[in-house]
Amino acid sequence: MALAQEAKQPLPQAMKAAESGKRLSLRQAQTLLEKAELLDLGRLAHAARMRHNPEPVVTFAVDRNINTTNECLSGCRFCAFFRPPGHAEGYVLSPEELGRKIDETLALGGTHILIQGGLHPQIGVETTCESFRFIKQHHPIHIHGLSPPEVVHMAQVDGLSIPEAIERLRAAGLGSIPGGGAEILVDRVRELIAPGKCGADQWLDVMAQAHHQGLMTTATMMFGSLETVAERIEHLRRLRDLQDESLALGRGSFTAFIPWTFQPANTALSHLPPATAVDYLRMLAVSRLFLDNFPHVQASWVTQGAGIAQTALAFGADDLGSTMIEENVVAAAGVSFRLPREELVRLAQDLGFAARQRDVFYKPV
Amino acid sequence: MPPTLSSALASPETAPPPGLPPLDIDPRLVGDPALKSVAAKLAQGRRLDEGDGLALMKSRDLLGLGALAHAARLAKNGLATYYVINRQINYSNICGNRCTFCAFWREPGGDGAYLLSPEQAAQMAAEHPQLNLSELHIVGSCHPDLGLDYYCELLAALGAARPQATLKAFTPVEIDHFARQEGISTSEVFQRLMAAGLGAMPGGGAEVFSPRVRRELCPSKTSGERWLAISGQAHALGLPTNATMLYGHIETPAERVEHLLALRQQQDQSGGFSAFIPLAFHPENTGLGELNRTTGLDDLRVVAASRLLLDNFPHIKAYWVMLGPKLAQVALNFGADDLDGTIVEERITHTAGATTAKGMTEDELRHLITSAGFVPVRRDSFYRSVEQS
Repeated sequence: MALAQEAKQPLPQAMKAAESGKRLSLRQAQTLLEKAELLDLGRLAHAARMRHNPEPVVTFAVDRNINTTNECLSGCRFCAFFRPPGHAEGYVLSPEELGRKIDETLALGGTHILIQGGLHPQIGVETTCESFRFIKQHHPIHIHGLSPPEVVHMAQVDGLSIPEAIERLRAAGLGSIPGGGAEILVDRVRELIAPGKCGADQWLDVMAQAHHQGLMTTATMMFGSLETVAERIEHLRRLRDLQDESLALGRGSFTAFIPWTFQPANTALSHLPPATAVDYLRMLAVSRLFLDNFPHVQASWVTQGAGIAQTALAFGADDLGSTMIEENVVAAAGVSFRLPREELVRLAQDLGFAARQRDVFYKPV
Repeated sequence: MPPTLSSALASPETAPPPGLPPLDIDPRLVGDPALKSVAAKLAQGRRLDEGDGLALMKSRDLLGLGALAHAARLAKNGLATYYVINRQINYSNICGNRCTFCAFWREPGGDGAYLLSPEQAAQMAAEHPQLNLSELHIVGSCHPDLGLDYYCELLAALGAARPQATLKAFTPVEIDHFARQEGISTSEVFQRLMAAGLGAMPGGGAEVFSPRVRRELCPSKTSGERWLAISGQAHALGLPTNATMLYGHIETPAERVEHLLALRQQQDQSGGFSAFIPLAFHPENTGLGELNRTTGLDDLRVVAASRLLLDNFPHIKAYWVMLGPKLAQVALNFGADDLDGTIVEERITHTAGATTAKGMTEDELRHLITSAGFVPVRRDSFYRSVEQS
C-alpha cells in the first residue's frame, strides 16, 4: 500500500518522510533532489538541521590548510593543483616552512592544521610519520591530516596494510582524518575523473579502519562533474551505511559532511559547465536530510562565496568550515573567496545565529 | 526593424498597471511572525504599506521572504526568466558630480579619464558581429563640457552601427544634466534624443531618494523628486524606463522602503517602468571603502521586498554583475524574473572591485536559468520574446 502510494505521488510522500524525520530511501532522496521546490528543500533541511543542532549557533574553525607537496601521481582530471613528480613547478615543503606555518596558525588562534599533499612517489608512511613527530615535538598542534587516497598510497609505498599504516600514523601524531578524495564514491565516475585515485571501497575501508581505531573523520563529496543524480545519492548511501556501522562500534565516526562543487577552470574538464548555486543548495539540503546519522553539515564558502555560504545556513548547513588561513587547491582552479574570522561571524549573526569557534571535534573553543 | 513605441507600452496614460492578485503562500515556509501578517495581507490581494515594507526589509527569515516573493513572481511572470543579448557602452567617466559611492568617475584630464568619440563608441558597438545585439545600454557621466549635439551624434552613430538594437540610453540624472548644460527643458532634450534614436531609458542615478542620503553621498546629483518627474516625463512620451536602488551603504531600512514606495506611486501615475533593478553597493575604490559588502541575506531580501512592494512593476531584475551569477540565480526563487544580459564589457561595478566576469555568453545565461528550473526567454528592451540566437 505504502509502496503503491509512493509510486503514485512520489514527491508528496518523500516530503512527508523528510518532514517527519524518518530515514529516507534512495528513491525518496532522488525524488527530492530532482523534483522538490528549492524553498521546500530549504525548509525541510533547516528543520532537520535544528533537530540535529537545536542551538541557534553556527560554528566555524580557525585552521590552516597546509599542502606539503603538489607532486602527485594521481593525475585527476578535475585538479588544477597537482604537478607530475619531477615537474619544474613541483615542491615539497621543508620542515622549517612547515614549522613556520604552524606557528603562524597558533598565533592566529588556530586549533589544528589540515595537512594534505599529493600522492608523491617517495613519500610513504614512515616519511610522513617523521614529519608528524617533528610537528608534535617542535610545534605541537592537532593534526587533521591526509585523506584516504593518501593513506592508501603511503601504505603501498611502504608495503604496509591499511590498519598498520593508520596505526603508525596515529602513533606519530595523526589526530583525525579529513574526508577529501571521496569525489563520488562510485567507481564508474572515479574511473572517468580520477583513475589514479583509490576506488570507492578502498576510500570507505580507510575510514572504517580509522573509525575502528578511534579516529574521527569527515566526509566530502565533489559533485557536478560527470556523475548522475542516482550516483550522487549512492555516494550518500555508502556514507550513511558506514556511519551506521561506526556508530554501532562506538569508537570513531564521521563528524561532518562537506559537499562542494567541481570547479572546472584550469582542469582537464574545463569544458563542463560549473554546477550552479541552486544545484549546490539542493544537494546540500538533500544531504542534510539523507545523512540522518551525521551530526554536522558544512557550507563551503571556498567554492561558493560568502553570499551562497550564508544562504546555505538556511538550507541545512550548521557550520561554515574554517577561516582557512591558506588554501591552495581551490585557488589553483581559479576560485578565490577569502573570508576572515570577523566576516564568518558577521554572516552568521546577520542571519540571526550566534557564531562560535570550534575545534576539529566540534567542541567550543 | 526596431519595435515601435506604441506597441511596447499598452496605453500608458489610462489605467494604472495591475497590482498583485491574491497570492497562494505555503504558511509552513514563513517563520517570522512579522512576515506572517504580511503573508495574510498578500493572500487577500491587499496592497502592502510602509509597515509591511519595514517588516520585509528587517526580516531575517530568508525562506519566508522567498516564499512570499516567489508567489508574487509566479503570479506576475510564471516560470519565465528573461535575458537580453546586450552590450554596455560607457561613453565617458568624466563627471562633475563626485558622488562618494562611485569608483568610476574621473576629473577632466585626470588619470584614466576618457571620453569616447561617437565613432569610437560605434566601433565598440560593432565588435563581435556574430552577437545579434537586441539592446545597447548606454550610460556615462555628467560631463561638464559636452553639449547635446554630442549625445545626439553618439546615438546616431550607435544606431547606424547596430540598426537592430534598441538604444537604451541615459539615466534621468544625465537627461537633467543635459538640459541644464543647454539651458533648455528636459522635454526638449527628450525630443532631440528621440529624434536621434533614443528608444528606452535605463534606471540608474536613483540611488536612494532620501534627501538625507543624497546630501551625504551625492549632493550635486539630481534630487529624487526630479529623478521621478523625469522618468514620468519619459513615460508620457512613450519611452519605457527602468528604476534602480543602490543599497548597502548608509541608508536605513525605512529609507529603502520609502524609496520603493515612491517608485510605486510614480508607476501608478505614469506606468512606464519596465523593471526594477536593486544594485548592491560595492565599496572598494570608493569614498566608502571601509564599509562591508552586502550579505547574501540582504541581497535576497531586497530582491524579495522589491517584488512584493513594487506590485505594479512588471519585472524585477537580478543583475548578475552586481550580485554575482550565483546569487543572481538563487534570486530567481526570491522574486526576480530577469538576469539582464550578455553585457560584454561592464566597467562601472568593476572599478568598484566586482570580481564577476565582465560579460556572459547566451549559453551561460540559459544554463543558469534552466538549471534552476525556470524557462529562459530571450527578450528585447520591451520584454517581447526574441528567438534564441
